[in-house]
Amino acid sequence: MEDALLTDWSRAQFALTAMYHWLFVPLTLGLSFIIAIMETIYVKTGNVVWKEITKFWMTLFAINFAIGLATGIIMEFEFGTNWSNYSWIVGDIFGAPLAIEGIMAFFMESTFFAVMFFGWDKVSKKMHLLSTWLVAIGSNLSALWILVANGWMQNPVGMVFNVDTARFEMESFWDVLFNPNAYSKFLHTIGSGYVMGSLFVVGISAWYLLKGRDVVKAKKSIVVGATFGLITSIFLIVSGDESAHEVALHQPTKLAAMEGLYDGHTRAGIVAVGQLNSEKEIGDKKEPFIWEIEIPYALSFLGFHNTDAFVAGINDLVYGNKEQGIESAKSKIEKGKVAIEALRSYKEAKKSGDIAKAKTALETFRANEPYFGYGYLSDEKEIIPPVALTFYSFHIMVGFGLWFLMLFFFVLYFAMVNRLDGKKMLLRLAVFSIPLGYIAGEAGWIVAEVGRQPWAIQDMLPVGMATSNVSVTAVQTTFWLFAIIFTLLMIAEIKIILKQIKLGMEGH
Amino acid sequence: MFEDLELLRLQQYWWFIVSLLGGFFAFMMFIQGGQTLLGRLGKTEEEKNVIIASLGRKWELSFTSLVMFGGALFAAFPLFYAVSFGGAYYVWMAILFCFIIQAVSYEYRKKPDNFLGQKTYETFLYINGSLGIFLIGVALATLYTGGNFIRNDMNLSFWTTHTYGLEALINPFNLAFGLVIFFLSRVGASLYFINNLAVETIVNRAREQLKIDALLFLGFFLLVAFMLFMMSGLAYDSEGFKVVEHKFFFNLIETPILLISLLVGVGLVLYALYTALFKNSTKSVWFNGVGTIITVTTLLCLIGFNRTAIYPSLSDIDSSLTIVNSSGSHYTLTAMSYVSLMVPFVLGYIYFIWRAMDKTKITSEEIEADSHHY
Ligand code: HDD
Ligand code: HEM
Ligand code: HEM
Repeated sequence: MEDALLTDWSRAQFALTAMYHWLFVPLTLGLSFIIAIMETIYVKTGNVVWKEITKFWMTLFAINFAIGLATGIIMEFEFGTNWSNYSWIVGDIFGAPLAIEGIMAFFMESTFFAVMFFGWDKVSKKMHLLSTWLVAIGSNLSALWILVANGWMQNPVGMVFNVDTARFEMESFWDVLFNPNAYSKFLHTIGSGYVMGSLFVVGISAWYLLKGRDVVKAKKSIVVGATFGLITSIFLIVSGDESAHEVALHQPTKLAAMEGLYDGHTRAGIVAVGQLNSEKEIGDKKEPFIWEIEIPYALSFLGFHNTDAFVAGINDLVYGNKEQGIESAKSKIEKGKVAIEALRSYKEAKKSGDIAKAKTALETFRANEPYFGYGYLSDEKEIIPPVALTFYSFHIMVGFGLWFLMLFFFVLYFAMVNRLDGKKMLLRLAVFSIPLGYIAGEAGWIVAEVGRQPWAIQDMLPVGMATSNVSVTAVQTTFWLFAIIFTLLMIAEIKIILKQIKLGMEGH
Repeated sequence: MFEDLELLRLQQYWWFIVSLLGGFFAFMMFIQGGQTLLGRLGKTEEEKNVIIASLGRKWELSFTSLVMFGGALFAAFPLFYAVSFGGAYYVWMAILFCFIIQAVSYEYRKKPDNFLGQKTYETFLYINGSLGIFLIGVALATLYTGGNFIRNDMNLSFWTTHTYGLEALINPFNLAFGLVIFFLSRVGASLYFINNLAVETIVNRAREQLKIDALLFLGFFLLVAFMLFMMSGLAYDSEGFKVVEHKFFFNLIETPILLISLLVGVGLVLYALYTALFKNSTKSVWFNGVGTIITVTTLLCLIGFNRTAIYPSLSDIDSSLTIVNSSGSHYTLTAMSYVSLMVPFVLGYIYFIWRAMDKTKITSEEIEADSHHY
C-alpha cells in the first residue's frame, strides 16, 4: 500500500514538473527559428523594421526561455531523486543521452543566447545572426537527445541485462541513437514546437491587428508565422502518423487505449469522435462507446499502413488471441515470475560458489528474460493504461492539429491577398488558438506517457519498481513545493509577457 | 582508442572528468558570490543594474555547469547518482529549489508587471548565492564523510534516516566545507567585478569587500585542509572495505601529481589574492579562476583514486561506493569518452565568445543605453 502510494506521488510529481516544463519548451523550439528567420530577412534586406520586429519577439522569447530553464533543471535531477532505482537499473543507457545533451546543446544555447541578447553592438551583424541560428539549433539539439532518451523508454533497444550487476547495459550506442521510435518522436515533437511558435506569433500579431496597433510589423510577422506554421503543420501531421505507426509496432496496449479498441479487428476503423462508456470494464460485454462516428479501415491503415492489418484490442492483449498469435498477459506474468526467481537463485548460487546451479539458473533466466518486467505485475489487467485519459487526449490533439492547419492556411491566404484587416472573426480565432496549441501539446504527452503505463521502460520495468525508496511524505512535500513555486513563476511569466505585448512592438 | 583501455582506466578517466567539471562549476560560482554582494557593492539603483548586467550575461554558464556536472555523474557513475540523489533527497531538492528561483530572477527582476516585485527576485538571487552554494558545499563534503545508506544485492539503495540527507548538516567538516565554498564564491565575485566593470565606486567597494572575504576564505580553507588530513577514510581491496586513518593525507603523499597540482592550485589562488589586494591588479580573476579549477579538481580526484571509497556508507560499510562498483559499463564509458573529446571544443568557443563580448569593460552608460538590459 505504502509502495503504491509512493509510486503514485512520484508519478504525480514527475507529471507535474514535466508538464510545466512542456509549457515553455515548445515556444523555445519554435520561436527561436522564427526569430532566426526574421533576423535573416533583416540582414539580407537591411530594413530596420525587421530588426525591430526581431527584437520584439526576442524579448518575449527571453522571458519564456528563463522559466524553461527553471523547470528543466529539476527534471534532470528528478531521475536521481525520485526514480533512483530506475537510474541505476537503466542508467547505463539512459544517462548517456542526458549527458550528451548537456555538453552538445545546453552550453551552445547558453553561450550564444548571451550573444543574441547582449551582442548587438559587440559582434558583427553576421556573427550575431549566426548566434541566433545557433540558439535555435542548440535548443533543437537538446530536444533530440532528450527524445532519444524518451524514445528508448518507449522502445528499448541496444542493451542486455547483466545478471551480475543486476541492471541493463548498453550494447550498441547506434541502436539507441537511431531508434526509429526516437526519430518519429523527435520529428513530431519539434514539429509541435514549430507549430506552437507559429500560433504564438500569428495569434499575438492578430491581436495587434484587431486593436489597429503596430499594423505594419504585425502583418509582416503574420506572414512569417503563418508560412512557417502552414509548412510545419503538414510536417506535424505526417510525423504524427509516423508516431502512430511506431506505437502500433511497439506499444499495442497504448494503441488500443488511444482508440478505445476492446476487440481487435482486421480492417479496423478509427473513431473520429465519440464518447466512451464509463461503465465498460475489461473483459465484459458492454459496448465501449455511448456514441461514435467511425472512419472505416482508417486504424489499420494509420497503424500499419495496410487496411488489411489486424489491430489488437484490449481484450486480445489481456486474454490473448491464439489465432493472431498474441500471448495472454497471464502467461507473460508467469514467465516473468520464473525469470525473477531464476535470477534470485542465480545470485544465491553464485554467492555460495555452486557453479552448476548458477549455470542452470542463468539458462532459465535467459529463456524467460523478455518477460522479466511482467513478473513484477500482479494482475493481468494492469498491462492496460487508463483508457479514457489516453483516448480523449489523443483525439483532442489530432482534432486541434487539423484545425491549426486550416487556420494557417486561411490566415496566410488572406494575408497574401492583403484582406486580413476585415477578417475580424478569423483574427479572433487566431488569438484564441494560442491556448489550444498548449492544450494539444500537453495532450500529446499524456498520450505518450500515460499510454505507456504501467511501464517506465516498455515491457522491462514497471513504474512501481522504478521509484526511489524515500518516504511518501518526502515526495508529497516536494510535490506541493513545486506546485506552488511553478505556479507563482508561471503567473509572473504570463503577466510579464502580457505587459510586454500591451507595451507594443516599438522600442525593443 | 578508448575501447582498448581497461575498465579501471576508464573509470579513473571519468572520475577525472567529473572532478574537472566540478572544478569548472566551482569557478563559475563567482556568479552566485556576486549575487550575495548585490546590496553590499551596489548602493544606488544604477549601480545595482550594472552589477546585475555584468553577472546576468554569464549566469547561465554556471547554471549549465551544474546541469552538466549532474549529467556526467549520471552517465558515468549511475549508482552514485541513484544512491546519493535518491537518498539525500531533501538536501538535493533544497539545492534545486535554490537554482529554480535563480533562473527567472535576472530576466524578471525589473520587468514591468512582474507579479512578485523586484525585491523578491533580488532575495531569490541572494538565497541562490548563499544557501544554494553552501548546501552544494555540504553535499560535496559528504563524498568524504559519507552518507546513511545501504544497498541490497540487486544494488537498490535505501536511506536509513528519516531526515534524508539533512543529517549531514550536523557534521562540522561538512559545514566548514560549505562555508569555504561560499567564501570562495564571494572572493571570485569581487575579483570578477574588479576586472569586468569600469564603475569606480563598485570596484573600490569590491576591493574592500575582498579583504574580509579573503580572510574568511583562508581561515576556513585552512580549517578544512586540517580536518581533511586528520580524517580517516575508507580504503578497499579484494577483501572489502576498511577504515584507514589519515586516508586523504596519504592519498596526497602517495600520488605526487595530486600533491603538486594542489600546491599549484592553492598557490595560484594565493597569488591572485596577493596581486588584487596589494598590487591593485585587475587581472587577478584569471589566476584565481585557474587556481580554483585546479584546486577543486584535485580535491575531488583525491577521493576517486588510490583505492578510496567515493561515497562511504555510514550505515553499512560494505554498501560504500567506489569508482569501480558504481560506474557504467565498459561500453558506455567508452562511448562517453568519445563524447568527452568535445569538452575542449566547448570550452574553446565559450572562451572566444566571451573574449569578444568582454573586450570593453561595462559602464553605467552602456547599461542604461542597452534596450535589453536586465
Ligand atoms: C501542437 C501540438 C500537437 C499536435 C497538433 C499534434 N501532436 Fe501528436 N504529439 C505532440 C504534439 C502534437 C507532442 C507533444 O509533441 C507528442 C508527445 C510525445 C511525442 O512524441 O510528441 C505527441 C504525441 C503523439 C503520439 C504518441 C507518440 C508516442 O506515444 O510515442 C501520436 C500517435 C501522435 N502524437 C499523433 C498525432 C497526429 C496523428 C496528429 C494529427 C494532427 C497530431 N499528433 C497532432
Ligand atoms: C516535457 C514533456 C513531457 C511531458 C509533458 C511528460 C508528461 C508525463 C506525464 C503526464 C507523466 C505521468 C504518467 C503517469 O504516471 O500516468 C510522465 C511520467 C514520466 N515521464 Fe514524462 N513527459 C515528458 C517528457 C518526458 C521525457 C523526455 C522523459 C524521459 C526522457 C520522460 C520520462 C518520464 C518518467 C520517467 C515518468 C515517470 C514514470 C511514469 O509515471 O511513467 N518524460 N510524464
Ligand atoms: C524529462 C526529461 C527532460 C529533462 C531531464 C530536461 C532537462 C532540461 C534542463 C536541465 C534544462 C535547462 C538547460 C540549461 O541549463 O541550459 C532544460 C531546458 C530545455 N529543455 Fe528540457 N528536459 C526534459 C524534457 C524536454 C523535452 C521533452 C524537450 C523538447 C522536446 C526539452 C527541450 C528543452 C529546451 C529546448 C530547453 C531550453 C530552455 C528553454 O526551453 O527555456 N526538454 N531541459
